[in-house]
Amino acid sequence: MVSFWSVTASLATGLITTGKLFFLTLVFALPLGLIICFGSMSRFPPLRGLVKTAVWIVRGSPLMLQILIVYYGPGLLLGLPLLPRFTAALVTFVINYACYFSEIYRGGIQSIPRGQYEAGQVLGMRRSQIFFRVTLLQLVKRIVPPMGNEMITLVKDTALVRVISVYEIIWMGESFIRKGMMWPLFYTAVFYLAVNGLLTLLLGWFEKKLSYFK
Amino acid sequence: MAILEVSRIEKRFGDVQVLRDISFTLDKGQSLAVIGSSGSGKTTLLRCLNFLERPDSGTIAVGGRTLFDAADPAARSEEQIRRSRLHFGLVFQSFNLFPQYTALENVMLARTLLAKEAPDYKSRRREITEAIRQQAVDLLTQVGLQNRLDSYPHQLSGGQQQRVAIARALALEPDILCFDEPTSALDPELTGEVLKVIRSLAERNTTMIIVTHEMGFARDVADQIIFMDEGVIVEQGPSEQVIGSPREERTRQFLRRFNQE
Ligand SMILES: Nc1ncnc2c1ncn2[C@@H]1O[C@H](COP(=O)(O)OP(=O)(O)OP(=O)(O)O)[C@@H](O)[C@H]1O
Ligand SMILES: [Mg+2]
Repeated sequence: MVSFWSVTASLATGLITTGKLFFLTLVFALPLGLIICFGSMSRFPPLRGLVKTAVWIVRGSPLMLQILIVYYGPGLLLGLPLLPRFTAALVTFVINYACYFSEIYRGGIQSIPRGQYEAGQVLGMRRSQIFFRVTLLQLVKRIVPPMGNEMITLVKDTALVRVISVYEIIWMGESFIRKGMMWPLFYTAVFYLAVNGLLTLLLGWFEKKLSYFK
Repeated sequence: MAILEVSRIEKRFGDVQVLRDISFTLDKGQSLAVIGSSGSGKTTLLRCLNFLERPDSGTIAVGGRTLFDAADPAARSEEQIRRSRLHFGLVFQSFNLFPQYTALENVMLARTLLAKEAPDYKSRRREITEAIRQQAVDLLTQVGLQNRLDSYPHQLSGGQQQRVAIARALALEPDILCFDEPTSALDPELTGEVLKVIRSLAERNTTMIIVTHEMGFARDVADQIIFMDEGVIVEQGPSEQVIGSPREERTRQFLRRFNQE
């Protein structure tokens, strides 16, 4: 009989992979999303068109398909060596989520009334001062709720990397099915719920911190 | 002696000529009301004076110094425009207070940022901040908000927000303070408190340009009135004369329509 603790230990190794993917995706996709956002708002139409098309493609196609293309594509199409599985998964997630984040940033930036910039300008502020002292906090306040939703989706999306055999937590749970055990699979759900519960609390706290102004 | 000289300003948006050959002067300590029907270019004129729009031609001079000359594109770096803006203040129709700052912080912010540019700011930081704070408190007291220093904009009525906005504009001690229909976003019962503040500024000889639809107020408070129609100045003169016995037929028509409403 496999003990509760050995299942826990085995799922925990999966959780480490899942967690690494989650955090590294955020670390790279949050800034990359901002860069993509600036591209999609560029005053130079060809760049804007290119970026918007790319974002549309990424957002309009399944993440699972993108993982497969990034993993197998370089080898089959270009004859390059395969990327390590985890790296391929991470690259795909960063690109995919950066595109989603860029739309959230864009929505946030465009929702700040022009009057805020103009009030700063007539008060003799520099562009950077207006950004950091006037609009940034308003932007953060507006993007926290949609960002939170994306992050919760990201936690669950990490399960997709199993298509290229990255051993994340569900993969580990599923391996017990061969031994006739169903409960480790339910046990994985506990991990997801715990992580998302924590995330929800954290985001709620942050939103509350910013609720002193409207 | 004219503190402001606006000469031959033209502005077009695409095919639409919004301002044509706008010229006027304003003496120090005087107030000027700009009246005219919707779409006549009043807001655009104020935005040009505050360099939120760039006129296609014409010049703007303050205190004898040319701040803007459309014919001289070289002298218009962002930094120079920013400096030029400090001669003007603008109170918006929709207040545009910064929501994340209290009334006091709204009034202090720009002044504080400017003070940081001074070379001795670091060593005299305490003293400078205290002076800026004191000035902000005085200004908010002047507009009757000494009890709402720590309120955030969303906690204030429209009239109170507009009074904070006036204090905020005054904090930089502009040579000319501009108002763009300062009461037209307010409920009728709140316009009085804002007009009272502007009236008291006029009594203290603040140099002002006030775009307004309140004809009675324009007549009582302004020294001069400009009537605009379709981007041109149709008539300008002492306020009593323009409102009481307008020379131009178009002015008469406008005022008649106004009195009927
Ligand atoms: N950014 C812009 N782009 C194109 N047209 C504009 C722009 N700003 C103003 N206009 C046009 O310029 C004309 C004058 O507008 P302006 O806002 O200056 O009028 P106004 O006298 O302030 O009117 P109101 O009394 O309604 O405030 C209008 O026909 C307006 O549609
Ligand atoms: Mg207007």
